[in-house]
Amino acid sequence: MIPAQFTYRRVSSVDEALAAVAEHGDDAKLLAGGQSLLPLMKLRFAAPEVVIDIGPLDELRYVRAEGGEIAIGAMSRYHDLHRDPVLAEHAPLLAHVAGEVGDQQVRHRGTIGGSLVHADPAADLPAAVLAVDGVLVARGPDGERRIPAAEFFQGPFETPLAPEELLTEVRIPAQGGAGWGFEKFTRRSIDWAIVGVVVAGSAVSLINMGGTPMRASATEAALADGASAAEAAALAAEGTSPADEAHATAEYRQHLARVLTERALVSAGR
Amino acid sequence: MKVSIEINGTTVSEEVEDRTLLVHFVREQAGLTATNIGCDTTSCGACTVLLDGESVKSCTVLAAQADGHSVTTLEGLHGEDGDLHPVQRAFREEHGLQCGFCTPGMIMASVSLLDHNPKPTRQEVRAGLEGNLCRCTGYHNIVNAVMNASGQEVQR
Repeated sequence: MIPAQFTYRRVSSVDEALAAVAEHGDDAKLLAGGQSLLPLMKLRFAAPEVVIDIGPLDELRYVRAEGGEIAIGAMSRYHDLHRDPVLAEHAPLLAHVAGEVGDQQVRHRGTIGGSLVHADPAADLPAAVLAVDGVLVARGPDGERRIPAAEFFQGPFETPLAPEELLTEVRIPAQGGAGWGFEKFTRRSIDWAIVGVVVAGSAVSLINMGGTPMRASATEAALADGASAAEAAALAAEGTSPADEAHATAEYRQHLARVLTERALVSAGR
Repeated sequence: MKVSIEINGTTVSEEVEDRTLLVHFVREQAGLTATNIGCDTTSCGACTVLLDGESVKSCTVLAAQADGHSVTTLEGLHGEDGDLHPVQRAFREEHGLQCGFCTPGMIMASVSLLDHNPKPTRQEVRAGLEGNLCRCTGYHNIVNAVMNASGQEVQR
């Protein structure tokens, strides 16, 4: 499979990227690691006229501890995050989840920014960033704005970013010693999750249980009231509307959500 | 567009369409056919090459993204005198191959895996090769080969 014709354009700075998206608007698509976009283009689900390659933007490839927060450059690759000593110390959950995305080859190319902007409800990192109350930093023609993860995921593949905006950074609170857990069920190890669960301290978020990553509010409320892991996990599917399709029925996904939530809570020490 | 990629130490410069995939550039422009097109959907790993030393699936990278970078394919692993790379040698010794179509990608992924984790456990080898699907039989001898290449004891 070969993508439809497009014009490839490479940029070497954030300013140049912003100028390029201002010029091309809706006709253009930003290419980060390409591990989601290129397959979509090969399947002709996406056919942008212009592809702007922001892969070379090393200025957006970093992990820094700043006060009580960790700043992660949007072009940091999964592999970078999985092996980053700062993340391992201050946000081990994110380092772990980054190491569970796709496979070795995909992790060498895919970026955290690409994953978040792609907003696939079945992806791992959006749910992890949602669980840790991350904030996404976007730059556009009017300067910088910060969008909490809870407001960022608006629907499947849908975010509030304008075509002329670029996600530059993700900021997450340093979790310190807070317990965490991550569970996902896949058909093959490299697949997207049929269902996944992320636990970060007292937060629980769900992968592929609706059109966006979502918090398991009933479970979180039960935990706050002192419920056991089993009691709280029994509520994990409340308010969810998972897909009912060939790979798994909605009922099966809701069952999995309860089972995986209990496992994740137990591994988080709840 | 004009794309120049250093492949196995030799720079290959060719005019290609912007949409050309790296796997096609390697096979058709550079004429190196150990890198295979298997599933073409980022699943099977038959097209695995090293891009700046890191394993990637070359069916999911544009040739343009590799412009100015270095690529190593299976043909570039052996020494100047034709000696097999330690991972190639271990695959031969352990019979770590099946029909041969997936083997080049398996070897390239194993090289990358050992680069980051020189003494993996068997479980880590299996996890590290999860992006390479063998449709023929199993992975047992492939895992043995990676353990052999890492200088560790192979349990039989």
